[in-house]
Amino acid sequence: MLVFILKRLFTLFLTMLCLSFIVFSLVTIEPNLKKLALNQANMRMEEEAVQTWLEKNGYKRPLLVQYSEWLGNALTGDFGYSTHFKKPVNDVVWPKLWHTGILMFWVLILTIPISLLIGVISGMREGSKTDRALSVFSIITTSVPQYVSGILFTIILSSWLKLFKGVAKAGNITFENFTLPVLTIVLYDIGYIARMTRASMVEVMNAQYIRTARLKGMSFISVVFKHALRNALIAPFTVIMLQFPWLLTGVVIVEKLFNYKGFGFLLVSAADQNDIDVTLACGVVAVILVLTTQLISDIGYAFLNPRIRFS
Amino acid sequence: MEQISSFEIWYTFFFQLSSVWIALFITFSALFIWRKNLGVLGHLCNSPIGLVGLFIVLFWVFGAIFADLVALFEPFEQSGRYRRKPPGTINAELGIPYIFGTDTLGRDLFSRMIYGSQIVLLIAPAACVVAYVVGITLGLPSGYFGGRSDTILSFLANLVLAFPVILLFYLLVAPGVRETMLPNIMAGVFFLFPIAFALMVVYSRFSERLNVLIPSFIIIILVGSWLYSGLVFNADPLGLVQIDPNELNIFAAVVFASSPGVFRLVRGLTMDIKTRDYVAAAMTRGEGPFFIMIWEILPNARGPLIVDSCLRVGYVTILLGTLGFFGLGMEPESPDWGSMINQTRSYIRLVPTIVLPATLALASFVLGLNLLADGLREESAKD
Repeated sequence: MLVFILKRLFTLFLTMLCLSFIVFSLVTIEPNLKKLALNQANMRMEEEAVQTWLEKNGYKRPLLVQYSEWLGNALTGDFGYSTHFKKPVNDVVWPKLWHTGILMFWVLILTIPISLLIGVISGMREGSKTDRALSVFSIITTSVPQYVSGILFTIILSSWLKLFKGVAKAGNITFENFTLPVLTIVLYDIGYIARMTRASMVEVMNAQYIRTARLKGMSFISVVFKHALRNALIAPFTVIMLQFPWLLTGVVIVEKLFNYKGFGFLLVSAADQNDIDVTLACGVVAVILVLTTQLISDIGYAFLNPRIRFS
Repeated sequence: MEQISSFEIWYTFFFQLSSVWIALFITFSALFIWRKNLGVLGHLCNSPIGLVGLFIVLFWVFGAIFADLVALFEPFEQSGRYRRKPPGTINAELGIPYIFGTDTLGRDLFSRMIYGSQIVLLIAPAACVVAYVVGITLGLPSGYFGGRSDTILSFLANLVLAFPVILLFYLLVAPGVRETMLPNIMAGVFFLFPIAFALMVVYSRFSERLNVLIPSFIIIILVGSWLYSGLVFNADPLGLVQIDPNELNIFAAVVFASSPGVFRLVRGLTMDIKTRDYVAAAMTRGEGPFFIMIWEILPNARGPLIVDSCLRVGYVTILLGTLGFFGLGMEPESPDWGSMINQTRSYIRLVPTIVLPATLALASFVLGLNLLADGLREESAKD
């Protein structure tokens, strides 16, 4: 088990290094730097002056040298300076990440129980009417992306019925303005997890030991609770953890849609405003989040599933 | 300003789409008559969910094909007098109604929705085909041979899959990126794979018969390099094949984001299928590894691949919509559904119906694909 974790950690660091390098090289491409130079120094600079500015600020050095310098600073906790907010990046990114954390927390609190429940109920009796109805429901929710459902919710629930607010203010969360963003993300994510749970449940319910338990005379309900659930919920655990890259995309869309000034909103506006240090920091934080959840999912899967743990 | 009633709106809608209805009727009759000979597609007749999915998907396919007949206006035709009008407003000069209303520049939403399907239904499936060819060309040998190259390729695939999609797009689809050679380099790499795949297919079949092999190699390389020059360098000598730099950028980014998924799927399926008896039989017969991969393993992996391809086209449609929603890549005028949502969503407080055509079009097309995939999965599981 320890060797397994160490191996995974090694791959994780390698992946992190590669991904942060890719992000770094894509953010600091020539046209972006030129735009930065024009923004920072003087809008009407000649080509020559731009080159001198880049030279002076060390953007002309080899990419690897620049990257290792940035990495060294990042490892000591210094992510640079935001050209848009005129503040150190650390003061910008972390509060926003906290706002998004709250959003994610509520999303997960709602998504996990609901989707597991739907998946288990429909996988319990494959092909029944409930199964059909719930499957169609999950297919519909996965077909409607957040930018569609969010807009439809805003029209129906906010403009027409006036139940909720169509704009969510970060830092001042109320039931009224926070429901729509959460609802939008939750609805899109439920379908996928529910379908995976259903597939896993169907597989377990067709296994030999379930039939044995039924033939032994156990009631259907207690077979489901005592034998099936434990094995059927291993796969969804991985699925939920691996949902994080998608969840992050959903969060970015929803934050943009509802004007919620969190991490996703920051990422988008930093990329639009060519705020290089902030984009880099956001990109790396996003990548780290995703990779950490992958690690948790791998270790958790091995921990939950003895067949892997002892092989 | 004159209005038509909601009954007349829907009447005009159905009447305008008559070419689509006729095409759908013919296709479905043909499907039912020859359902015994159509394999998986014929089995689909037993699955109501799958049929509904097929109906929606074909509706949009025919809508895109017959867009010129269906649309009432030109997609870029603006009108200063009719801005943000509700559904059913009549254009007094032309006497034609804006059945779904107009956007903020006075363009007809219905016509834009129909013309938008042309863009979406071209880019999404085409990107999926290329992603599939890339995934299959790399996934088959990777799963079949294993070893170090497999480890490296899997690591690279996981690298891309660990990227949050939205970050990837913000980095790859940007005006700054388009000034560099990056999209062309990416497209250059991706469009090599179809040529390589075609060569692999021909070689594996005719490696013994040089009189067939050499001419087909020459044809593939000629046709391949013609398409390649047009698509990657925008320098087709005949001037037939060309692609807008914006679209090439989007295309490359979408292929980049989705091919690792296909790679993983194909690799997994190959590792599973290569343990079967018929593969062992082919090996005993003395067939080469490429023959076994392409003519034994790939046809037997088609079930999951067909289902996945339906889901993937839907997913890519959502991705294209996301790009449009963030105003990335596409030209600002573009009538594709994502950009339409982006152009109209600020006005929903004034005219709530203004976003409905684009949003419902996108959601219904993806829903159709997902239902079709579900139907196909159930029917292919019965075989």
